Amino acid sequence: MITGTAFWYASRATGVVSLVLFSLVAILGILVNRQGRLPGLPRFAVTGLHRNLSLLTVAFLGMHIVTAIVDGYAKIPWLSTVVPFTSGYERFWIGLGTVAIDLFAALIITSLLRHRIKASIWRGIHWLAYVSYPVVVVHALGASKDLRSGWLLALTMATVFAVITAIGYRVLKAVAAVPRPGRVPEQLVAADQTRADRTWTNKIGSLR
Amino acid sequence: MSERLRVNPILCTGHGLCAELFPEQIDLDDWGYPLLADQPVPEALRPLARRAVSDCPALALKLIADPR
Amino acid sequence: MTAGLRDTATSSSAATNPAPHGLPRLLSATGQPMDLGAHLQVHGPIHYRGGPRMLINTLQSAGLTGRGGAAFPTHRKFTAVANQKGTPVVVGNGAEGEPASDKDKTLLWSCPHLVLDGLQLAAEAVGARKVYLYVHRDPKLEARLEVALAQRDAAGIDRLSVTLVGAPHRFLAGEASALTNRVEGGPALPRFAPPRTFERGVNGAPTLVQNVETLAHIALISRHGASWFREVGTGAEPGSMITTVRLANGGGGVAETAIGTPIGELLELGTQPARAVLVGGYHGAWLSPQQARTLTLSNADLRPLGAAVGAGVLAALPPDRCGVVESARVIRYLALESAGQCGPCLNGLPLIAASMGQLANLRSVPSARGDLHRWSKLVERRGACHHPDGTVRFLRSALTVFAEEVALHETGRCSAGTYEPFLPVPDTSPDHKDDWS
Repeated sequence: MITGTAFWYASRATGVVSLVLFSLVAILGILVNRQGRLPGLPRFAVTGLHRNLSLLTVAFLGMHIVTAIVDGYAKIPWLSTVVPFTSGYERFWIGLGTVAIDLFAALIITSLLRHRIKASIWRGIHWLAYVSYPVVVVHALGASKDLRSGWLLALTMATVFAVITAIGYRVLKAVAAVPRPGRVPEQLVAADQTRADRTWTNKIGSLR
Repeated sequence: MSERLRVNPILCTGHGLCAELFPEQIDLDDWGYPLLADQPVPEALRPLARRAVSDCPALALKLIADPR
Repeated sequence: MTAGLRDTATSSSAATNPAPHGLPRLLSATGQPMDLGAHLQVHGPIHYRGGPRMLINTLQSAGLTGRGGAAFPTHRKFTAVANQKGTPVVVGNGAEGEPASDKDKTLLWSCPHLVLDGLQLAAEAVGARKVYLYVHRDPKLEARLEVALAQRDAAGIDRLSVTLVGAPHRFLAGEASALTNRVEGGPALPRFAPPRTFERGVNGAPTLVQNVETLAHIALISRHGASWFREVGTGAEPGSMITTVRLANGGGGVAETAIGTPIGELLELGTQPARAVLVGGYHGAWLSPQQARTLTLSNADLRPLGAAVGAGVLAALPPDRCGVVESARVIRYLALESAGQCGPCLNGLPLIAASMGQLANLRSVPSARGDLHRWSKLVERRGACHHPDGTVRFLRSALTVFAEEVALHETGRCSAGTYEPFLPVPDTSPDHKDDWS
């Protein structure tokens, strides 16, 4: 017979995995946006990993939620899955988790439908990822004592540090490849400075 | 029904996935932007084309009915 | 009131002034700007048709084509817009982003009421309920137009009130989708089509965009009929057009001309020899003087040579100027005027401009010809608008017509007598950061 304790541990464990996966997904998402590459991998792999890992995250998140509710001890109602701050147990911290679920659902659903909805809507909702990340981290630190000490704390710090670094990288490379009116004058300056020795790399070639 | 690829040059920011996924009809220019073959996509290659359309991070690539 | 299918100038309700025979038709014969009083005296009152679409048949018989550069048959544009679902919008396009062209500004300054009549008539013909006039931003011109609109308002002439919108001083400001963006309140940047402007333009409505000169012609055709319109011009390209002419001796100006007039006559090539002739503006093409002397100002003559009448810009390059230097200057301007939204244009045009600049400065590298050819092929037809295409057309014609000079420059010499700029090119330093809104 599976005891309440087993579900509870499962929830905490899948929670940690979800957090780590989510951090990876966020970093990969930033990499896609900045047209970054992973060594040895083609470009479509960065995008592919970002999407596939996000679906894996949904799976672990699902387990994290179900096990938490099925476990009898905390008596978190099913309603709390979608409506924030309705749980009797640790109302605030669980509530944050629910907020994260709602945001995550918006991200996933719009992304699955991205070819059917307006591009600007998809993009706008996707920005919510930056909102959901701190919510997830605060929920993780507050909802259980696990992450506040030992190697789990170290793991949490490491993932947060990695995500913050990725965000910093995105901000610094903010004027990167996107064509826009403001870049016209600088292109002219760059072209003026071009010397005779021009080697064009056919971008396909860099795959090999 | 004949189909061909079309890229929205304003949305396109030169990610280059399309050329990796569908090299039969998509090449990249000197600056990383797609050069599409000026011909319809043969039936056999449609799945590749659809994958390229689906994976474009900028939603810039589309498969449209070929009017010609 | 006659059912408007008959091409008649004598519809019962409006008194019609006698039709002007010969030239000028649009521009004022006295050379004086015409206020509402003068306009009514010369042209008579506006000739509303009484319902949508009636004007369109007359325009078809008249064979009017757009005077904004594309020479698209006007009746077809009207029909396309009128056939769309939704209430159309009409925009008169007086942005005139082409630095070498002054005809639209001149027309708006001197004969605004013909344009404004045409705007109302176009709106009636396509069933529009909103009307805009998009003009090259200039406080004096805009103030003058506001006065003209107020006069018409007081006289109860206009059925729809006209919203004046200022266009930034950018080459692409007059492009149809850029115009749409600007009229909606955003920057004058082109959009990717589909949908085309006539399908979904200003705020999603089907939008009829007509050059202000085209509207002025419509105002007169409505009064005097299709046969009158065809009294001047050629069978295939009837009517008059307003040209901006730059003679080799620095003279010239804005003048109304019959389509089909020999270019040699318009540019006085007999008495003023020229090194080359530019037709159609900065997205147009150079011609050799020999070619120019055999051609008339008509698309029938010009299209086979890869040129076009365009917006009626004609310039005769003086013999002491260098065509390569002038062209390099223009191309640099065109590169700076890229909207920068599309990768190929953003990257390719500056490279082309830099290479031409090196050639002009006698510092060309051996790979330059190959480079220019390569980059031209990489930018053509790969933008959301036709800016790269037009730039490449201009470039190719320059390399062809000035082939000898190009070869000379490659050996480090130039045959110019002076480097004083001939073609008008606004600030081309990369620091130039003009607004798009």
